Amino acid sequence: MNAPVKFETTLKDWETDQEVRWCPGCGDYAILKAVQRTLPQLGCDPKNTVFISGIGCSSRFPYYMESYGFHTIHGRAPAVATGVKLANPDLDVWLVTGDGDGLSIGGNHMMHVLRRNVNMQIMLFNNEIYGLTKGQASPTSREGTKSPSTPIGSYDRPANPCSFALGAGARFIGRGFDVSKNLPDVLKAAHGHQGAAFIEIFQNCIVYNKDVFEDFAAPKGAGDRQLWLEHDKPMLFGDPKTGFDKGIALDRENLALKVVDVVDGDWEAADVLVHDATNRSLAHLLIEMPFGPFPMALGVIYDDPAPTFEAAVVEERAKSAAGKEANLAKLLAKGQTWTVDAAEGHPTD
Amino acid sequence: MATLAKDTLTETPDAVVVRFAGDSGDGMQLTGGQFTLSTALAGNDLATFPDFPAEIRAPQGTLFGVSAFQINFGSREINTAGDAPDVLVAMNPAALKVNLPSLKPGGLVIIDTGEFSKRNLDKAKYDVSPLEDDTLAKWDVLAFDISALTIEAVKPFGLGNKDALRSKNMWTLGLALWMFDRERAPIEDWLKSKFKSKPEIADANIAALNAGHAYGETAELAGPIQQMSMPAVESAPGLYRTITGAEAISLGLVAGAQLAELPMFFGGYPITPASAILHHLARLKEFGVTTFQAEDEIAAICAAIGASYAGQLGVTSSSGPGIALKGEAMGLAIMTELPLVIVNSQRGGPSTGLPTKTEQSDLYQAIYGRNGDAPMPVVSCSAPGDAFECAIEACRIATQYMTPVMLLTDGYIANAAEPWKVPDPETFEPFPAKFLEEKNGEQLLPYKRDGKGARPWIKPGTEGLMHRIGGIEKAVDTGHIDYAPDNHQAMTDARVNKVLGVEVPDQEVTLGETSGKLALVGWGSTFGPIKRAVHNARAKGLDVSHIHVRHIWPLPGNLGELLKGYDTILVPEMNTGQFKTVLRDQFLVNAQPLTKTSGQPFTIAELESAIEGALS
Ligand code: SF4
Repeated sequence: MNAPVKFETTLKDWETDQEVRWCPGCGDYAILKAVQRTLPQLGCDPKNTVFISGIGCSSRFPYYMESYGFHTIHGRAPAVATGVKLANPDLDVWLVTGDGDGLSIGGNHMMHVLRRNVNMQIMLFNNEIYGLTKGQASPTSREGTKSPSTPIGSYDRPANPCSFALGAGARFIGRGFDVSKNLPDVLKAAHGHQGAAFIEIFQNCIVYNKDVFEDFAAPKGAGDRQLWLEHDKPMLFGDPKTGFDKGIALDRENLALKVVDVVDGDWEAADVLVHDATNRSLAHLLIEMPFGPFPMALGVIYDDPAPTFEAAVVEERAKSAAGKEANLAKLLAKGQTWTVDAAEGHPTD
Repeated sequence: MATLAKDTLTETPDAVVVRFAGDSGDGMQLTGGQFTLSTALAGNDLATFPDFPAEIRAPQGTLFGVSAFQINFGSREINTAGDAPDVLVAMNPAALKVNLPSLKPGGLVIIDTGEFSKRNLDKAKYDVSPLEDDTLAKWDVLAFDISALTIEAVKPFGLGNKDALRSKNMWTLGLALWMFDRERAPIEDWLKSKFKSKPEIADANIAALNAGHAYGETAELAGPIQQMSMPAVESAPGLYRTITGAEAISLGLVAGAQLAELPMFFGGYPITPASAILHHLARLKEFGVTTFQAEDEIAAICAAIGASYAGQLGVTSSSGPGIALKGEAMGLAIMTELPLVIVNSQRGGPSTGLPTKTEQSDLYQAIYGRNGDAPMPVVSCSAPGDAFECAIEACRIATQYMTPVMLLTDGYIANAAEPWKVPDPETFEPFPAKFLEEKNGEQLLPYKRDGKGARPWIKPGTEGLMHRIGGIEKAVDTGHIDYAPDNHQAMTDARVNKVLGVEVPDQEVTLGETSGKLALVGWGSTFGPIKRAVHNARAKGLDVSHIHVRHIWPLPGNLGELLKGYDTILVPEMNTGQFKTVLRDQFLVNAQPLTKTSGQPFTIAELESAIEGALS
């Protein structure tokens, strides 16, 4: 959400004196820096900023942000954050969670914070593994993931965080990855969105699930594997050096997307779609695009604001209180009463 | 007491117990509620016990679909809803079958014969109609066709038979009002306002009420009942109303938040019998109350913790199973030392247990039921009116000591009603909450404690006081993450000592002497029956005293010494002996259990015989 007044800070102002305790090389460091770099650009005021997290490696995040911070319990950060926003809607709340925290133990709360549309930024660091508990398969682990709890490979089907969010009623869905230079732009768009803004950030857990995202995140050949979406811009990808030579078009017959070749930059001739971030059906198609035959959809996939929960709560409270007087004495004496006289100790009416 | 039957009634008794029983669709709770109001307006002291089925819409006419409402009222102090009814109103065979065994020998039973069809008799598992054999020989019987009389009475309003029969409960209420010489006007007013948009329904109900009343007069001439008028009870001068426990807790929370000068945030999730508190508070938004119906019990408490963190008074409420779900979050509130009030409307357990029946079996859960050494103050309500004060007390402790507080009530208190002397808010002692506005040291120390052991409350949004808190062990003073052995020892001690140091008034003897042969030590809703039983036993000259404990944790500082002054300590409670164990543990006294887990409150007779047993 937007802080009402732009506040002057630098990256340094957002750093705490706490020793950062992620494993060296963990993708969390890059995300931390991206956030610390983005907040000054947004003009955020540290005193009005609150980072709220659950449990897991990602949830250590608040300790490293020089703002208010609340490291809560496993999976429950969305519920705590909802209480914070209802108590003080002016606070700028960032939720930090992971695939285990946000989609397994806390999946229920994630669903409800999204469908209620509580105004906050929700960063889900997806590393497809339980890091802090030493490497068990998570609800986003790919089938066949070998881990201490799945020694010959996991066999449950993974959840797609963005599909989950869209299904739950999220009105903003963004996607990025830890070391991507575009991540701050996604964060800014999320912050600008009034309502619950869900951002899936692929994060490299170099200890327990090293480089699982290399297939699309590796710099080499990234152009062919990453589709960075921008509202009102054609969905083009390919090697940027040679010019985008591929695009996403609609396969009308199958009601699906398809990859088309773009010759000489003439994307219109190739029927390439123009991204409309307010189109929920399109968002669904982009999120469900299988990686491999398709590139990974990144950036702002969906952004279609709706009234926020806290605004509705404030409005309901005002409506309910309208014309009523907050008089405790009268409240206590409500309903049918009778008086006992001092003289007789007997009721008079 | 004597029955109301003409031949046995010699003088006006000082208390009468009436039970209205019918099918859950018969509106017995409404009848009971309105009879309660009329009793209160007549100046009698009273206590009620609504006893309804667990099923929302149990099949009509079945034994498990019986709903009953018992009221004990009199011209003396009333402590319980009464052991056995003097008068039973049975609206169908099932209601008769279920409730007849508790009717006092020689008592009066009023029966609607219109419902005694073969079908209904079968459903109630009567082979022969009890009206036709000697089933009812022990009692005075007034059996007549209330259904037909009701239909007749509401005929002018053109209702179908089904709708007409809905007024049966008002017909019955009319008869009951006549029996006890009560005014009909307040009930008529209530009907008019309840059916404001359907005046014909209001008129039909009023006609039924009047017809029932008129029938009483006729029956007096011909039948076994006579009218009696119960004199008003002597009570302290002032303004009175009736109040249920759920209402009293809601009002107490509102008052507590006002005294702390804080907006209140209430996070709840539907559960029997706690939901009534959520419903009451949802209508009190003008008092700065926000109610939030969360997605589950865990979210309800977590949102309340979030609101407390942001500077409001967080409150959550549930019943045993829901409280169990909240356990981990209570630990978070203990660790982050944030104020929070947790209301537990206890019910029969374990697991889903008996949702609509009462029990006191969550005492261990309240005192001990969390992972780690997780101390938390516990306050318990004894009766509907007392619940108001206890709720204020919980708010005071929570905000003054920066701690979650468990407020124990139960299904019986939640639903029961009693007359309540309306307190004057001017007489309440305010306890305004304070927030830290600037650094409390060279650097900010979020865990620096005051004389009471409480840390400062720091609202996000405050300039220059940015800091991080969480469930991981905190360093003394700074609140930084700290796993060091000495630090954990110091912080564990600090948390325990803070709670043990909560100021609690000295324990007084509720009734009787400060030493003697026998003390009955109780907590929670056993207050009424224990007090009455001890009163009765003392009237017989027995050496017994009553000690009612409100502060369960920490216990009053003088309680141990006080208990040592009695030869025998008997602890009646509706569980398997939980408070007894706490007393033994804390004071090394020989506390003896007197337990009951039938889902029903203690009867006075049970307690009187236990007293006699203990003294023989
Ligand atoms: S375990 Fe993985 S996610 Fe956790 S800090 Fe280490 S590298 Fe990062």
